[in-house]
Amino acid sequence: MKRHYRAVFSIARYTALEALRTRYGWLLLMALLACLGVALFSGQIAITESRQIQAVLAAALLRLAMVFLLAIFVITSVQREFSDKTIELAFSLPLPRAAYYLGKLAAYSLVAILSVLPACLLMMFLSPVAPALYWSLSLMLELLIVCAASLVFATGLSQPTSAISALLAFYLAGRSIAAFQLIAHGPLARHDELSQRAFSTLIDGLAYLLPDLDRFSRSDWLVYGHGGWEQIGVQAGQALIYLLLLSAVALFDLYRKNL
Amino acid sequence: MLWHPFRSRQERPIHQVPRVLQALLGGILLLQLAWHQFQPTPTARATSLPATPAMAVLRLAALGEPVALAKGLDLWLQSFDNQPGISIPFRQLNYPRLRGWLDHILQLDPRGHYPLLAAARLYGEVPDPLRQRLMLDFIYKKFLEAPGERWPWMAHAVLVARHRLKDLPLALKYARAITDNTTEAQAPHWARQLQIFVLEGMGEKRAATILLGGLLNSGQITYANELHFLKERLQQLKGEQGVLSKIQ
Repeated sequence: MKRHYRAVFSIARYTALEALRTRYGWLLLMALLACLGVALFSGQIAITESRQIQAVLAAALLRLAMVFLLAIFVITSVQREFSDKTIELAFSLPLPRAAYYLGKLAAYSLVAILSVLPACLLMMFLSPVAPALYWSLSLMLELLIVCAASLVFATGLSQPTSAISALLAFYLAGRSIAAFQLIAHGPLARHDELSQRAFSTLIDGLAYLLPDLDRFSRSDWLVYGHGGWEQIGVQAGQALIYLLLLSAVALFDLYRKNL
Repeated sequence: MLWHPFRSRQERPIHQVPRVLQALLGGILLLQLAWHQFQPTPTARATSLPATPAMAVLRLAALGEPVALAKGLDLWLQSFDNQPGISIPFRQLNYPRLRGWLDHILQLDPRGHYPLLAAARLYGEVPDPLRQRLMLDFIYKKFLEAPGERWPWMAHAVLVARHRLKDLPLALKYARAITDNTTEAQAPHWARQLQIFVLEGMGEKRAATILLGGLLNSGQITYANELHFLKERLQQLKGEQGVLSKIQ
């Protein structure tokens, strides 16, 4: 058992080192600087609410950029292991496949957590400290979900294009499912039509399956102070459940995989 | 070892690249530059303000970030009169559509003041009574939804109705709306007494100076750009007043 822990640690260590060697940090820095540039520029042209506009636009852009960068990093990293046959080597060792998965997840989660730190500093520069802290914690939880989802799609789908497309679809659906539900049950929907009812049921079903990502890292927290420990607690609960669900899916797929 | 930021250790030096290829690269780069040089220069074409999409579409497009979308739309709408290479006067904008956009932005971000500021001080200042009325009506409807937060824009609407539109009943209606819908704690005394200014027939410059001065002294304006914008207006009004008194 102890040997397995050491294996998990080794896999995690070398995967995290890969983030350094693929210059993920530089990319992240570029994204941060680009977001800061957009924020400062937009603040210059705004007549009023300039600080609010700076903070909100920087947060929204940064969130998208970080999700995109992390997802691409995780998917290409796993796909490279498939191409180089490293995964076959790992699975031929006397190790449970779960050890490989946990090592990978631990490393990617560490990368996600470390990525949030500079983003938090940037947001503390653009908005009050407490809201920036809540926003950053929420972003960290969101990135952990994205990390685990990327790992599932990267191991489950053989092509990087398919994996990236699936991840984007999952992420966009997670962020818009609440809006879809509002439309499906809104006053314009014809509830007496069978097709409409079927569509509404489908949307509701999807909402049960997807994480409600639209509640995470809300930029309005930065300007109106809506965030707090209560929301962070709820999101941590959602993130934990979803991480467990995605891990179960990934392990189910990995144990069935015939190399 | 020298540090080469653009050359990794695995890379071979440039002279390893065949001369033909180097020349080809340079040649093709020049070809691209020449191609661009002979292309027709882009001409500015004004596009009209698009129709407002349904709120549901905007909420979907926001991807769960309505406030971020609203702030982005604020800037987009504000700069619509300054399209690349062309400047469109506000009065050429389609005002019913403009009002629709302002309304949608405010629905996305109900605590934002940007659309009201734009309606009052940008689009509401065109010398066209119809368009001014449209903006004033927008401010009035939105004021009634949150009087405690939006009274400064309503106060401005009172002055525009009284002095620009010369519509005393409309100015009184707006002034009374402030009195009836705000409390002492929400709006200052002078704002709640605007109907007196309206009724006593105070001059536009003086009334506007009182309004702007009151707003600036209240400490409610904290944004540097907005402070600068309002102070400029105040200075402009004071200058005009000085000239008027000298003439008289």
